[in-house]
Amino acid sequence: MRRAVLIAVPYAWLLALFLIPFAVVFKISLSDIALAIPPYTPTAKDGIWNMLSQLDFENFIFLTEDDLYWKAYVSSLQIALISTVLTLLVGYPMAYAMARAPEQWRPTLLMLVILPFWTSFLIRVYAWVGILSGEGFLNQFLMWIGIVDAPLTILNTNTAVYIGIVYTYLPFMILPIYSALDRLDGSLIEAAEDLGCSRIKAFWLVTIPLSRNGIIAGCFLVFIPALGEFVIPSLLGGSGTLMIGKVLFEEFFSNRDWPVASAVAVILLLILIIPIVLFQRNEQKQVEAEG
Amino acid sequence: MAETVFAPWDDPNEKPLIRFRNVTKRFGDFTAIDDLTLDIFEREFFALLGPSGCGKTTMMRMLAGFENPSEGAIELAGQDIAGVPANKRAVNMMFQSYALFPHLSVWDNIAFGLRRESKDKAAIAARVEEMLKLTRLEKFARRKPHQISGGQRQRVALARSLAKAPKLLLLDEPLGALDAKLREATQFELMDIQEKTGTTFVIVTHDQEEAMTVASRVAVMDEGRVMQVATPERIYEAPDSVYVADFIGDVNILHGAAKPIGDDTYEVIEAAGSTSVTAVSGRPFSDGQDCHLAIRPEKVSIHKDKPDADNALQGKVLDIAYLGNLSTYHVGLPTGDIIKAQVANTRRVSRRNFTWEDPVWVSWTKTAGVLLAE
Repeated sequence: MRRAVLIAVPYAWLLALFLIPFAVVFKISLSDIALAIPPYTPTAKDGIWNMLSQLDFENFIFLTEDDLYWKAYVSSLQIALISTVLTLLVGYPMAYAMARAPEQWRPTLLMLVILPFWTSFLIRVYAWVGILSGEGFLNQFLMWIGIVDAPLTILNTNTAVYIGIVYTYLPFMILPIYSALDRLDGSLIEAAEDLGCSRIKAFWLVTIPLSRNGIIAGCFLVFIPALGEFVIPSLLGGSGTLMIGKVLFEEFFSNRDWPVASAVAVILLLILIIPIVLFQRNEQKQVEAEG
Repeated sequence: MAETVFAPWDDPNEKPLIRFRNVTKRFGDFTAIDDLTLDIFEREFFALLGPSGCGKTTMMRMLAGFENPSEGAIELAGQDIAGVPANKRAVNMMFQSYALFPHLSVWDNIAFGLRRESKDKAAIAARVEEMLKLTRLEKFARRKPHQISGGQRQRVALARSLAKAPKLLLLDEPLGALDAKLREATQFELMDIQEKTGTTFVIVTHDQEEAMTVASRVAVMDEGRVMQVATPERIYEAPDSVYVADFIGDVNILHGAAKPIGDDTYEVIEAAGSTSVTAVSGRPFSDGQDCHLAIRPEKVSIHKDKPDADNALQGKVLDIAYLGNLSTYHVGLPTGDIIKAQVANTRRVSRRNFTWEDPVWVSWTKTAGVLLAE
């Protein structure tokens, strides 16, 4: 009995905060746009059966007809993928250094990784505008030390988006990798060296495989939110930066086309479900392997 | 048939495989190894025995190449190995935690070192199969380390470290994680494997029974120094210091002053002066020199009436420790000293001769004990 209650809590949570909102969005995606409040038809006021009979997949068909949408999806996937790889390349050495740091330093280093969360995400992204713009700190610094003569155009390009995503999601990459490396038994590396491995070889054959789960977890934690990212591309990206989060925002607020916006969101969710399921399977395997 | 005793350490022509020459190792202000000189010979099963923190693990790590001596030199087969990194030494180590690679199967764990040597696949496979057979692990080759028992993991670790046929195998508390029964069986297995492969083994342990069982020679260490290096029998029967006598097994120590009475025989007059015993010693003592007489409890016998013996002292039974096959009687002397006497329980416990508070005599011969200066 008590068990059933305990299990019911997370399920109720999922139902109330995920499944019901999803059902609502899905229903809107099957509706038609209308000049009304709410701006779609039919609604439940028309009666349940009447409403259900009027639903159709028109909006999804529309998404396949206009190539803006699939281009936005592909471009989002590309940006999310590239930024995940960049975050991994930056985050892994940091996590490795933290795990190898003297014991008494580790809590401080962890704190420093988490510290940026104390400031609003929006303010931090705005700060990058100040750094990356034509007259920004970065360009001023580069010109002052004489590396460049004219300011570089970084802001409002995809490069700025990559910088923004890597910066914002870095802690999500570092923490799982750090926890995997922290658990790594140092004698395994010594054993590998004892059996004839050089330092680098031991790293590839032992450290990397044994931090695999941390790498996978970190990559998903970066990739999933980066795919639907809206704030970073809209603040740092240019007109050429096509991301699905931005398209979604425009459909919703500029065009006030809730049904098409919902259809975009449903497809985005379907795309996200694949990595989420893979992520879950990875976690489960890890639990089994340790159990 | 005359059997040749394996004792290369007594042969002056024999070249040692390993030489520690005045090796000192410091970590900051802490001296882990203090000016240590030691020879280990080929095919030996050498045990480093001592309490934790005595420097035995540091010695092993210096042999493996994870630490370098601060002073002095370590030679392996006549060559100074100071600059040689761990991955280039013909030395393999079996780690205390076994350090098996959790992401690799038993087979791949054993093959790990062989694959680093760029041998061909068939040769690697043949060697791995040979190792699996030696350690009786054929059935578990495909399993991952977390899918086998502690004893099997121990054998995988052994197979992995032997696979490259090292000149020297280091074993760091190899049996520490096993339960008592399994440990005993594994000790004999280790000796068997050592004999079959002819590899020189150096084992680090804090378990004296383990060291005595497996080793051809034992080095007893304390605070970074070797106290005594000898065969297990000599360590037990002829310790050359009170520390060694006390560290290995149970012992009675009587402290007193020596008085030579001829024929290498000395009278030991106890500090309190009320008792005196006689002992034979090969080591000379001057008149009145401070000395300790160490006698093993099993060499002390216990009697109801005064026996006709070299040394007999009267006392009272204070405690009896019943160990099943043996009983240890703690006999309190009038001086306050306690002499432990160990007797085999040849009769059932209900019929034993002595009980608590009984007045008894303890006795031993003059050759039973060892007279030590310090």
